[in-house]
Order: sequence, then C-alpha cells, then structure tokens
Amino acid sequence: MPTLRTDRLEIRSSDDVVRVRQMARAMALETGLGLVDQTKIITAASELARNMLDYGGGGLVLAEVLEQPGRRGLRLTFEDKGPGIADVEAALKDGFTTGKGMGLGLGGAKRLSNEFSIDSRPGAGTKVVIARWK
Amino acid sequence: MDRIPILKFGNALLVTIQVDMHDRLATALEEDLTAKIVAYGARGVLIDISALEIVDSFIGRMLDNIAAVSRILDADTVVVGMRPAVAITLVELGLSLTGVKTALNVERGMALIQARLQTSESEDADVED
Repeated sequence: MPTLRTDRLEIRSSDDVVRVRQMARAMALETGLGLVDQTKIITAASELARNMLDYGGGGLVLAEVLEQPGRRGLRLTFEDKGPGIADVEAALKDGFTTGKGMGLGLGGAKRLSNEFSIDSRPGAGTKVVIARWK
Repeated sequence: MDRIPILKFGNALLVTIQVDMHDRLATALEEDLTAKIVAYGARGVLIDISALEIVDSFIGRMLDNIAAVSRILDADTVVVGMRPAVAITLVELGLSLTGVKTALNVERGMALIQARLQTSESEDADVED
C-alpha cells in the first residue's frame, strides 16, 4: 500500500496534544477527507494522544496518508512505552478509567474511526492504530 | 500563562473561545469563570464555541463542569455556535452534554438567558405579592 506522505510527533506535554490535532488536521486535508471525517479523526487523535500522555507517559504519533486503488486514507499510530493495559476489553468500554478522565478515550476513538486496532501488554507499552478512509 | 478573556455583558458573562485550547487553558477558563460569576453576581454565562474545530472529551467535560458549577451559583450556562461536524462527532464520541443548554448563535443564547431571568424575576414578584 503506497504511502503518500508521513509525519510524526512526539507527545511529552499537553501542548503536544494540540500539536497532534494540528498534524492530524493537516494530514486529513492532504488525504482529502470531508469536514465530518476530518473532525472525527482529529477528535480521535486528541483522545488517543491524551491517553498516551496520561497513562503511557507520552510516546510517538505517526501519521500516514495512504493510497489504495480507488481510495485514500489517513492512518495514525500511537505508540508508548508505558505500563500497558492489563485488560484491553475492559479499557474499551465507555466509562472505564483508572485516572481522572471520563473513560471515553479508547472506545470513543474506536467509534470515530473506520479501522481500529490495539496491541498492549502489561510492561510492554501500548500501540493503537486508527484509520479513516475517504 | 494565556487566559481566555471573559466579558461582562449586562448581568451575563460572555466568553468567545477563539483558539485551539490546550488542557491547562481549559482548566484555567473553568476557574476564572467561576470566580467572575461570583464577583459580578452574573446570572448567565454564554460560551461561543463557533471557532472550535473540535471538541474532545476534555473540552466537553470542561463545558459540563462550567454548566454544573454555574447552576449551583445560580447562573445559567448556554453554549452557542457549535459546528454541525463537531456535534456529530461529540455524539459518536459518547458525550451528549446533557447538562449543558445550547443555542445556535449568540443572539439566541442571550435571548434564552434573558427569558430565564424574566421568568425568575416574575416568580420573585409573585412571592412578594
């Protein structure tokens, strides 16, 4: 699958959550996503970046504009080296939180994306990949 | 640190959020608004979010908190100008902002606050009679 453009950003502070939104917006425009799709993936990026900051101790976000025959998409990868998630199924349920949030981050981001995958084990960090297709 | 300006407009406070807020800025706004409601004895708070391209769960929770705190302090909060794409996204995210009154624009939001004030004034008058 050809990658038309990539960008990456390190998440270390809450200012970086704003930067992720800006990066996601620029890449969503590049992908040619419509306004609602743009808004959805930017919002999902904001949730996942904050999760990564609050629970994973920060990490790296990779943004890729992808091209497949007949369609373009934006894929965002969030990878941290934090403590990992013991029960991924539970963490995806709305209202589940071990911190101060509302527990909408993971489940919300999943609903706002066309593709969603999560790979996490205690002690091994967390990797979340989302994609939105045009 | 940056602050979002809060304007006094009659007995209401008007906030126009024109920047993409980082989390500390949102928390500061919550605190500033609470202080100003008390300082001015404000009866209404109007928050214009027409410039916001996204509202995530953190900003959504801030709006919910402001509405809840201002209600306790006897002021009504109306959020105005939400973009349609933001509304669609918020609902899908799982935030329906049930505690927050909304209006399409500043004019309608202000009318909502004034209408509520007139009702409560006439109720007060009834009690005095």
